[in-house]
Amino acid sequence: MLIKRKDFIVTGSLASASLMMPKFLKAFTNTPQQLVPKGNKVLVVLQLSGGNDGLNTVIPYRNDLYYKNRPNLAINKNDAVGLTDDIGLHPELAALANLYQEGNMSILNNVGYPNPDRSHFRSMDIWHTAANSNEYLTTGWLGRYLDAQCKGCDKPTQALELDDILSLSMKGELDKAIAFKDANRLYNTSQAKYFKALDAAHHQEHAAAPVDYLYKTMTETISSADYIFKQSKLCPAKGDYPKGDLGNSFRTIASLILSDINTKVYYVSLGSFDTHVGQQDKQKRLFKDMNTAIEAFTKDMKINNRFEDVLLMTFSEFGRRVAANASGGTDHGTANNMFMIGGGLKQKGILNPMPDLSDLQDGDLKYTTDFKNVYATVLQNWLGADYKTILGKEYELMKFV
Amino acid sequence: MSLSNQSKNIHLLSRAGFGFAAKDYSFINSHSPKKLLEEISINTSPDFLDRASQESKDIAKELLAMKGMEKTMMNEQGDTKKDIRRDFRRQSNEDIRQLSIAWMDIMVNDKAQLREKVALFWHGHFACRDANIFFTQQLLHIIRSNALGNFGDMLKSVSKSAAMLGFLNNQQNRKQHPNENFAREVMELFTLGRGHYTEQDIKEAARAFTGWNFERNGDFVMKKNVHDDGEKTIFGKTGNFNGDDVLNMLLENKQTARYIVTKLYKFFVNDTDIDQGKIELLANSFYKSNYDIGALMKTIFLSDWFYDPKNVGCKIKSPVELLVNIRRLLPMQLEKPDIQLVFTRGLGQELFHPPNVAGWPGGKNWIDSSSLMIRLVIPRLIQDDTEFQLAVKTDDDTMMGNYMKEMRKTMLNNNRYKIKATIDWITVNKVFENTKRENLMNDIQLYLVNKQNNTNTQKVVESIVDNSSREAFIKSGTIGWMSTPEFQMG
Repeated sequence: MLIKRKDFIVTGSLASASLMMPKFLKAFTNTPQQLVPKGNKVLVVLQLSGGNDGLNTVIPYRNDLYYKNRPNLAINKNDAVGLTDDIGLHPELAALANLYQEGNMSILNNVGYPNPDRSHFRSMDIWHTAANSNEYLTTGWLGRYLDAQCKGCDKPTQALELDDILSLSMKGELDKAIAFKDANRLYNTSQAKYFKALDAAHHQEHAAAPVDYLYKTMTETISSADYIFKQSKLCPAKGDYPKGDLGNSFRTIASLILSDINTKVYYVSLGSFDTHVGQQDKQKRLFKDMNTAIEAFTKDMKINNRFEDVLLMTFSEFGRRVAANASGGTDHGTANNMFMIGGGLKQKGILNPMPDLSDLQDGDLKYTTDFKNVYATVLQNWLGADYKTILGKEYELMKFV
Repeated sequence: MSLSNQSKNIHLLSRAGFGFAAKDYSFINSHSPKKLLEEISINTSPDFLDRASQESKDIAKELLAMKGMEKTMMNEQGDTKKDIRRDFRRQSNEDIRQLSIAWMDIMVNDKAQLREKVALFWHGHFACRDANIFFTQQLLHIIRSNALGNFGDMLKSVSKSAAMLGFLNNQQNRKQHPNENFAREVMELFTLGRGHYTEQDIKEAARAFTGWNFERNGDFVMKKNVHDDGEKTIFGKTGNFNGDDVLNMLLENKQTARYIVTKLYKFFVNDTDIDQGKIELLANSFYKSNYDIGALMKTIFLSDWFYDPKNVGCKIKSPVELLVNIRRLLPMQLEKPDIQLVFTRGLGQELFHPPNVAGWPGGKNWIDSSSLMIRLVIPRLIQDDTEFQLAVKTDDDTMMGNYMKEMRKTMLNNNRYKIKATIDWITVNKVFENTKRENLMNDIQLYLVNKQNNTNTQKVVESIVDNSSREAFIKSGTIGWMSTPEFQMG
């Protein structure tokens, strides 16, 4: 939110406020990589909203059925960026192909869940809450991670979403992540004199009241906004990020990873990938943005020796149908691929077989890996959390991290 | 400590309606809660709310005229006819947006406050998304006309509505391939609640609902050829049950009364401090009355315990409740009414778009750091015409990737907006016409957050109040109070 009103704006310039932070001064004397000790692992989730077409992302360019199903939409072998003899990436994903060749990107195929739902909202709900398709949960998987990890922690900045609105995946029962698009804007809104005064006045009141939960959220927002803002200025990322939301978000994420903020999870979305019509142009434009943002981000992580501790994971609520529709697009499908990017992968390359285009269910791919196994693996092996308390069930762990 | 008459009335209005309205201020002082409840309990059948545009009507006519042959062709080859369907979806989506604005206008202005508030409850209870404006309007009408009527009648009408049958996939529920979705949700979410049925009950009930379907014009149809008329065993009873029989069995089960009363209690009384004894008593009388919703609501709002201070100001207003409440307190003309949808979506309660069939979870779920900050700055944005930036999440189910096109009408550029409202301060000032200057702050506090004692928050509001004139005091005091966490409670 941006707001220009005398009472609602902090006095004094932002620069002078941040200069008062000792950490800020520390940044001048220390090299950035010394700020964070090794082994402080972070997860970055990139949500491809709208249902990305997985088959035109990881392309089976030796598969006749692929070309048969998509006479005008399939991507030719010559255009794709080759990964193996049989498989290539979308032409706009060259930087990702490089990461793959370096052993810093793995691909997981056919990820989905039983009884898939083709509504965006419901399927996203299922991915966010890690629910079965006949189950309705009101908390998200990363929110429950916060609940489990953040008991008694002093700052709720362990999970941050680069957005104006917080996603369900980031809402726990006790704790919720903080959402912001721009650290400066968050700072300006929350540090308004009026809100700070209200907050201070409430601290003087002792009787427990129902409104306390709102004040608790307010207090946390004010202190977190200040903390995030200052941390984001410590070691600003220098990479060449694309203009626009995604580039800005990745720049902020990189800057925060290089600071000594306590954040373990970052969340950012790109979309819409809902390409019923004119898929080629739409997907191309979005991938271009994604490719350059990830390129700049991974470069910054490498230069600063943080890449080994970063895992970037992509997902989409569903893939699209195998056959193209008549409008140069594809309709809602089921299983999809996921990218795992980072310097600390234990299993590299293409982790499981490509979709079997000769074995479809009502024209859709059959899932072979449940996304909840992926979540369990990331929670347990990467974030060091107890996945069973978070997901509520046992899942076989995978080996990519 | 018992509440003053004014305080009781303000509490009643915030629960049995959408809060105190500036134009109704005289009631607050002169009426008893009982009299006030009568005023807002008008239960005439509501007018059918029709926001289907001519364009939707024309396309729908064209689609209806298509024969079975063309329908199959449409699926195989697509092209022109598919485009017609896409056009319909797009137009329908826009009409549904207009429908939600129209319904919010009714919540702001209609005297039948209780009916509309209870309808909003049922809208969350019978949560449904449908991309078809006609089906959406039909379901809304069922809910509004039965809001204070008989729960059994409403359950049956909702269960036979095109929107709900479609949403819960009952077209795919056929004798050879039963689809359990409808049967499951009817039990889990609409009547009994989890844990009061077995998987076997669901399987068998699903068979009873086979063939329940709807025509393309939205009329209910029982397709005999796909209905399973064999013997089923449900809740320990065996017979050739059909869907109506299952619904009747659910209504015969007292657990349904208990489940509905618990949800109503959480929505209308208190969602954190729940008195099981009261719920049991209410459930008994609700069951005995054969599910008379109006009578149940009256019992609740006339009981002493409803006015217990622990039940006052303890509920977090939902985003729709908040916006409607603001508009009732500050009567206003909005240059672009669509701007309201930026907030309802941004704050997580877009009408006709519940998160899933379980509805909006409510309570603390409404609040996180960003939603709270948005809530706190809305009053200021309304008053000042300041520009603000807010990127709301897209909804691909209804927008099909065309988000920008739809939002551009209200957007200045790049997710920047201005509310552009003209507030009728004359009406607001009238609320306080008999208030002495030294009591103004107390009265503003009373009407806005229903508190009478001198609170610490009041001191903060006082510190920013504009003392230059009586009008300026009221204006700045009102906006100041509206920008507090206390105002989020009702």
